[in-house]
Amino acid sequence: MDISLQINGKSERLSVEPGVTLLDALRERLDVTGPKKGCDRGQCGACTVHVGGRPVLACLTLAATVREPVTTVEGLASGDDLHPVQQAFVDQDALQCGFCTSGQIMSAVAAVEQDVPDVREFMSGNLCRCSAYPNIVAAVDQVRGADASV
Amino acid sequence: MRPFELTAPETVDAALASPGTFLAGGTTLVDLMKLDVLTPERVLDINTLPLQGIDTTDGLRIGALERMSDVAAHPGTYPVISRALLLSASQQLRNMASIGGNLMQRTRCGYFRDVSVPCNRREPGSGCPALTGANRMHAVLGTSESCVATHASDLAVALVALDARVRLVGSDGERTVALADFYRMPADTPEVETDLRQGELISEVLVPRLDWASRSTYVKVRDRQSYEFALCSAAVALDVQDSRIVDARVAAGGVATVPWRLPSVEQALRGAPPTQETFEAAAALATEGARPLSGNGFKAPLLRRTIIRALREVTEEDRA
Ligand SMILES: Cc1cc2nc3c(=O)[nH]c(=O)nc-3n(C[C@H](O)[C@H](O)[C@H](O)COP(=O)(O)OP(=O)(O)OC[C@H]3O[C@@H](n4cnc5c(N)ncnc54)[C@H](O)[C@@H]3O)c2cc1C
Ligand code: SF4
Ligand code: FES
Ligand code: FES
Repeated sequence: MDISLQINGKSERLSVEPGVTLLDALRERLDVTGPKKGCDRGQCGACTVHVGGRPVLACLTLAATVREPVTTVEGLASGDDLHPVQQAFVDQDALQCGFCTSGQIMSAVAAVEQDVPDVREFMSGNLCRCSAYPNIVAAVDQVRGADASV
Repeated sequence: MRPFELTAPETVDAALASPGTFLAGGTTLVDLMKLDVLTPERVLDINTLPLQGIDTTDGLRIGALERMSDVAAHPGTYPVISRALLLSASQQLRNMASIGGNLMQRTRCGYFRDVSVPCNRREPGSGCPALTGANRMHAVLGTSESCVATHASDLAVALVALDARVRLVGSDGERTVALADFYRMPADTPEVETDLRQGELISEVLVPRLDWASRSTYVKVRDRQSYEFALCSAAVALDVQDSRIVDARVAAGGVATVPWRLPSVEQALRGAPPTQETFEAAAALATEGARPLSGNGFKAPLLRRTIIRALREVTEEDRA
């Protein structure tokens, strides 16, 4: 079926089978490879993107059902200027292998926007096999202006 | 995933007129289609149907397509409902998952999700490996010889405690059913999970007004602190006046084949003072008739303690 998607401000038209997920459409068809395929079952958060401004799992979203604009990690920076959350991940060394990082950043952006009371609880849908968790929390706190040592 | 046809009906009537499997947030359906557990030939994307809205004018009315995150954040929602939702899944999944889909989610029994092994719920008559196999996560209440799988929804436990009803629309009209009657225990037909008829749609959830449910909570015990299904959970609401429990609502999750209301526990609480002794005596009744399996004997004592913890939580001030 023919579908159109808004990806990081750009209109894309493509023809997909109904069963193609947003994650596969992004990675395999549009070469947007920031979102990662960890589990492909909704269990790890590596594929987190924003649809209509809210974090969702691209691996459980059928591309043909997406009606609102999609933002991936590629859409956060403006030119060479990193998004504050991206910069904080660099500053706080909030990654090791980096596989989970784009998903972590997409959730962290929402954690900052929503000023969530409990960062660890809010971010629990993003697993990190390297266990960079303390530094990820520190990165969120850096952006929120909180004491990064808490 | 097997090939299928996908359409997006524009009206409820059109959705009811076309045979197919409804797709809301897809967090159960797409997952189970990838596993070949569900293999619909036609899928109907219902996300543009007008089944939205949260109305708190008299009790609570929640459109079936409202997302878990929006209902949890709504100021008019009872604490037991918002807590049950916030302790469910993850923020990404709560942004996707609808209330109707949540109530229709399927069991997380590992055998049900694995098409290479038998399962009476997935393939009637094929057998139940959980009876003798890995059954630590399974149910101790409402089980049968044919199936011992738990119902996985946290929200449903909170809603059953509050006497919620679901409105169902079908091609021959509407009806409302108490959520407690909507779910079916497995007996010898575990494949029949609900009272929903072929082609029927859940249009909304209705929670009757219960002012004292402002004093309510949901306690969920799990293997990890977050982003995990319940080993055991308790939904509790209490009406306490002059150091007496006037009325109580108690339901349990993670331990039963359907969201499990506990009328005997409620009865034991009514009229008693909100003390530890009262809570212990009442909670002791929760596991009457429980049938532990080889791997989940811990669930009966865990259920009693979870109920006590929830009762303590909503009476902290009274006991201070
Ligand atoms: C990793 C993970 C962790 C999870 N953890 C939890 C948890 O801790 N607690 C919890 O409660 N849940 C949990 N869930 C389950 C999740 O809450 C459900 O998958 C979700 O609520 C289903 O809603 P949906 O809109 O995505 O449904 P869909 O997947 O779209 O649909 C599910 C089923 O309901 C049917 N359906 C949908 N809407 C309607 C309707 N209006 N009328 C009739 N039928 C309908 C569909 O046909 C389908 O059969 C978890 C899920 C995942 C993937
Ligand atoms: S417990 Fe129920 S769902 Fe699990 S294998 Fe047995 S029949 Fe299937
Ligand atoms: S790849 Fe989507 S949650 Fe793991
Ligand atoms: S940095 Fe390696 S998985 Fe998170």
